[in-house]
Amino acid sequence: MMRSLMKRFSHLFLPLSVMALLIIINLVKGADYFRITMVNGAFYGNIPNIFFGASELVILSIGMTLVTAASRGQDISIGESATITSAVFVQYVLQANEVTLLTILVAFLLSSVVGLALGAFNGTLVSIFKVQPMVASLILFTGGRSIAFMIDGKLSPILANDLSNKIGTVIPGIPIQTPIILTVIFIALTAVLFKTTNLRLYVEAVGTNPNAARLNGINPKKVIFLTFLIMGFCSAFAGFIAVNKAGRHDSVNLLKLIMMDAILAVAIGGNSLNGGKFSITGSIIGAYTIEMLNRTLLRLEIEPAMIKVFKAVFIIILMVVASPVVRASITKVVDKVRGKGRGASAAMTVKATGDGEKEE
Amino acid sequence: MLGNTILEMRGISKSFPGVKALDSVDFTLRSGEIHALMGENGAGKSTLIKVIAGAYEKDSGSITLEGAPIHFKAPQEAQNNGIGTVYQEIMLCPNLTVAENMYIGRSHSPIVNWKQMNEQGQRLLASLNIPARATQELSSCSLAVQQMIAIARAVDMDCKILILDEPTSSLDEDEVHTLFELMRELKGRGVGIIFITHFLEQVYEISDRITVLRNGKLVGEYETIALPQIELISKMLGNELDDITGLKKYEPDVSDASIPVFEAIGLSSVAGVRPFDFTIQKGEVNGFAGLLGSGRSESARAIFTADRTTGGEVRMKGKRVKIKTPLNAIQHGIGYLPEDRKGDGIIEDLSVRDNIILTLQVLNGFFKPFSLKQAQEFAEEYIERLNIKTPTADTPIKSLSGGNQQKVILARWLLTHPEYLILDEPTRGIDVGTKVEIQKLVIALAHEGMSVTFISSEIDEMLRTCSRLIVMKDREIVGELRGSQLTESAVMNVIAKGGKK
Amino acid sequence: MAGVNAIKGKTRLSNSNLLFLIAAIIFVLMYLFAIIMYPGSFLQFQTFFDLFNLNAPLIIMTLGLCIVMIGGGIDISIGAVCGLVTMACAFFLESGMGSIWGAILISLGIGIIFGVLQGYLIAYLEIQPFIITLSGLFMAQGLLTTLHKDPINVTVPAFVKLRDFDIVITWLGTRNRLGVFIPCEIKPGTIIVAILLVILASLMKWSRFGRNVYAVGGNAQSANMLGINVKRTMFTTYVISGLTAGIAGFVYIMTTGAGNVGNAAGAEMKAIASAIIGGTLLNGGVGNLLGAPIGTLTLLVINELIRAAGVQSNFQAMVSGLLLYFFIVLQSIIMSLRDKRGFKMALPPWLSLSSKGQGETQQKR
Repeated sequence: MMRSLMKRFSHLFLPLSVMALLIIINLVKGADYFRITMVNGAFYGNIPNIFFGASELVILSIGMTLVTAASRGQDISIGESATITSAVFVQYVLQANEVTLLTILVAFLLSSVVGLALGAFNGTLVSIFKVQPMVASLILFTGGRSIAFMIDGKLSPILANDLSNKIGTVIPGIPIQTPIILTVIFIALTAVLFKTTNLRLYVEAVGTNPNAARLNGINPKKVIFLTFLIMGFCSAFAGFIAVNKAGRHDSVNLLKLIMMDAILAVAIGGNSLNGGKFSITGSIIGAYTIEMLNRTLLRLEIEPAMIKVFKAVFIIILMVVASPVVRASITKVVDKVRGKGRGASAAMTVKATGDGEKEE
Repeated sequence: MLGNTILEMRGISKSFPGVKALDSVDFTLRSGEIHALMGENGAGKSTLIKVIAGAYEKDSGSITLEGAPIHFKAPQEAQNNGIGTVYQEIMLCPNLTVAENMYIGRSHSPIVNWKQMNEQGQRLLASLNIPARATQELSSCSLAVQQMIAIARAVDMDCKILILDEPTSSLDEDEVHTLFELMRELKGRGVGIIFITHFLEQVYEISDRITVLRNGKLVGEYETIALPQIELISKMLGNELDDITGLKKYEPDVSDASIPVFEAIGLSSVAGVRPFDFTIQKGEVNGFAGLLGSGRSESARAIFTADRTTGGEVRMKGKRVKIKTPLNAIQHGIGYLPEDRKGDGIIEDLSVRDNIILTLQVLNGFFKPFSLKQAQEFAEEYIERLNIKTPTADTPIKSLSGGNQQKVILARWLLTHPEYLILDEPTRGIDVGTKVEIQKLVIALAHEGMSVTFISSEIDEMLRTCSRLIVMKDREIVGELRGSQLTESAVMNVIAKGGKK
Repeated sequence: MAGVNAIKGKTRLSNSNLLFLIAAIIFVLMYLFAIIMYPGSFLQFQTFFDLFNLNAPLIIMTLGLCIVMIGGGIDISIGAVCGLVTMACAFFLESGMGSIWGAILISLGIGIIFGVLQGYLIAYLEIQPFIITLSGLFMAQGLLTTLHKDPINVTVPAFVKLRDFDIVITWLGTRNRLGVFIPCEIKPGTIIVAILLVILASLMKWSRFGRNVYAVGGNAQSANMLGINVKRTMFTTYVISGLTAGIAGFVYIMTTGAGNVGNAAGAEMKAIASAIIGGTLLNGGVGNLLGAPIGTLTLLVINELIRAAGVQSNFQAMVSGLLLYFFIVLQSIIMSLRDKRGFKMALPPWLSLSSKGQGETQQKR
């Protein structure tokens, strides 16, 4: 039982161990790491703040996981898409006489539709025009914020109404900040999606072997297109949270360069950037890990400027350890110790032409 | 003129996880000879030449080159010792020019002298009568010409041994002729050529000796002139030791008036299949017999629309249906076990369970996923029924042996309860025990009313299970055998005599 | 045998040359359009030279990036490395410690260090280029801000002289409103661009290394079988791109005279766009280094046109995006039309490392 449990969660080893390491570092710094207080009627502390801060990143990482898994590439326009969709949201809210819950809902719906359209744009380029995801999304990445600014009409329109405030911070009476709740809802929606559809199977099949997937009745183009649509919706959702948090729409800086963190979250989550099998749980943990990393570095009073350097070094070390070459060397050493020398060398020589079992 | 032995291989064995590709094979090559290496898929030809070329290391045996023992650890070493290989997949760079492809990676000079390279290249092309310009981009040349350029490179590197792996597969008659002229020219220069092909006529046209492999073992080495074609076919497809006794095939109860389960009229596809007609009755097992390259797989793929069809109509149980994609075919009750298990069959990172339920899941629809419990039940049912050896249903399929992987794919299709199941080389590259199991299974399925098309390079397998054999050669149907006609010699006769040539 | 070598028709243009030609034609058309619309500014030679003078760093970075991309890789750290170099030089010069030569050494040194580190991790440890160069970007940005948060204006006299140095072309120029003849000026940065362009373009066309890069980008597996040291080749491309980022940094500060945290921020994306417009495919194996400046200039001219038309700076990015869209779709269409036979070029290794090589040709059965 223990072994099967271990196997089930083995793919989460990487993000969890990183997180554990960070927690240890934090505890060393100050044993009150886990202390939680109440501020303004909501939980406040290192851990709650991580959940609060990573809300958008978690949602975007989920979308990025699907895109990476199916099309073996990355969408670098997610921040820009979120900026555009949230601009639409803001415009709708601002033109309403009275901001009710209905207003917010309609605005959100509108921004979601825009998000889907943007996803469709990228998706079409990738699935039909066969452009690499990164190249395709480079377009929106380049021009997206301009479009958002155009929708804004002016610099940083302000979103100051009671409901937005509640969405961005806290609803009185509920001790957990709203963005956290929204993220949880989104994660729940994702779980429902996977429970009620074959999405996981289709995406993993297409990402691993599109030929075989096609011969079993799956349409790889449609699957890839769908993952981009989902990514578009994720951008809209994340943008919704971000703009309500900020209270104004800054088309230049909103979720700037967040695709970097999202890709990192996916990679740290144990997912292969080459597609195939994926773990949403891994990416979610990866997102919180990145957030924790950022905040740990701040807490260690490392100069904000040096944080980037530390982050970079950290990631490089992770990648080196996870790299196939290093892994192979470690396996060789382990096998030698275990005395399985012959088996390993047969596998090594076969590597020369890449296919072991091909017999003609 | 045949010279001395330049290459001698004795007792070569090579195994991969789960399969013994070469079992104590001997092979000799003389200078100035064209030596054909023949055998069906899985025979071991590709593995043998990769051992010669230094791409694989042998497990046991000895190799001597011009009398001296050799042990290559990398393709570079073999190249440096005068062994040139031209693989079926052209190992050139399409974005470089012809001349560049011939000379790149060979010179140590840091500067590229284009003028000299182009002139030298043009001379080389001319000396071998290759219709190309040294300054052309390689991708603008036809595959045939690209192959010749690969050969030119090997020749220019002063190879003593030239290995040609299926050089004529994509060539038309004229191109084959040009290639053969080139080969004769090289033969005259004393180069020993190992020529892998499945085209019988070509073997007889150009080779001096023939070595036949079967299931990783050496069948024999013969002088081409002394081996009649029918004997060659027999050696390639001949009997295999197995313990099938008393296997009685199912003869369906069909009258000529009964409506076939599946019928294709004038079906053609982008894979070069000539328009063909095909029918199969309920409970019938039919086979496509023929050598490699005869078009068996292409025909099967056309039925399933694995390759896009370009013409013809199909009928299920008499009713005309529109089958344009694999999904259509599946929805109409057709299943297809692909020939290329690794490239088209298994989804390697997914579990055995996921691989088994895949197609049924697709049939069920996007919005109706099976619960884990249900999926597990399906998987366990077929793991048991087909005796699939796997630690758990969760195990990734890539960890399984070839035979068990094949069973998983079979399970996948059986789970969908198709009316018509196409099995393309289901027994290739798997152990004898599993081969027997699969043949027994096919007969059992026929008893239950399933129609099956069974394609195998092992004629005896098809003879054991099929009630009807369609014989193909050079991408067209050349004969059909039933009942008492179903003997090996009859099949081989049809293959040898059939066709235009 | 008679007639075998009589190939009908001319040799078809290579993919690299075709895309370059298209880029060049579009650039010329664009420039002509600009001249027609805004003869006041565009007809002046100075405008043309200013494109180089003010954007030399970007062109230099694009040159190095093209080499990496032709080999099938990607380097998104170049902008940050460039910025880091500007601050490092400024810091160094202002601290009174050093000479201009010292600054040059620092620029090259920083560039090479980044190139070597990234190149090793990518080529020899086979880690994804995107992640490694992304980390490089973080590291460079971090070091930049750590070094000095505020802008440093370089006031060292020798440097100021260099900054203000112009090569004056006396026989080319315009008369301004007052009727005074103002000759054209070329800043040293432009000269460096020209020199680098000649060196690197020659390298790619006439050196063994350059051709190896094309081979690796076209089909890395084949290149390996043909005897090319794929790892070493890729490693070197990253060293070159690091080097050009360093040189670009020095040129940057030579032009602006100050080290600033925001220097060259976002330049890597502009460089990628320029490379693509100039005819370098992200797939690798296709590209012409002469296309790098063309692509950059096209990008810049369009931006200028938009700016001159009165479009606000915030919308310029949108139009850049549209332009990019046009180019990418155009390239996709052209390449797919040409490759009717389906001999696909492999996906860039950094996007598809599946060991099965699913981009390979479908073999006949």
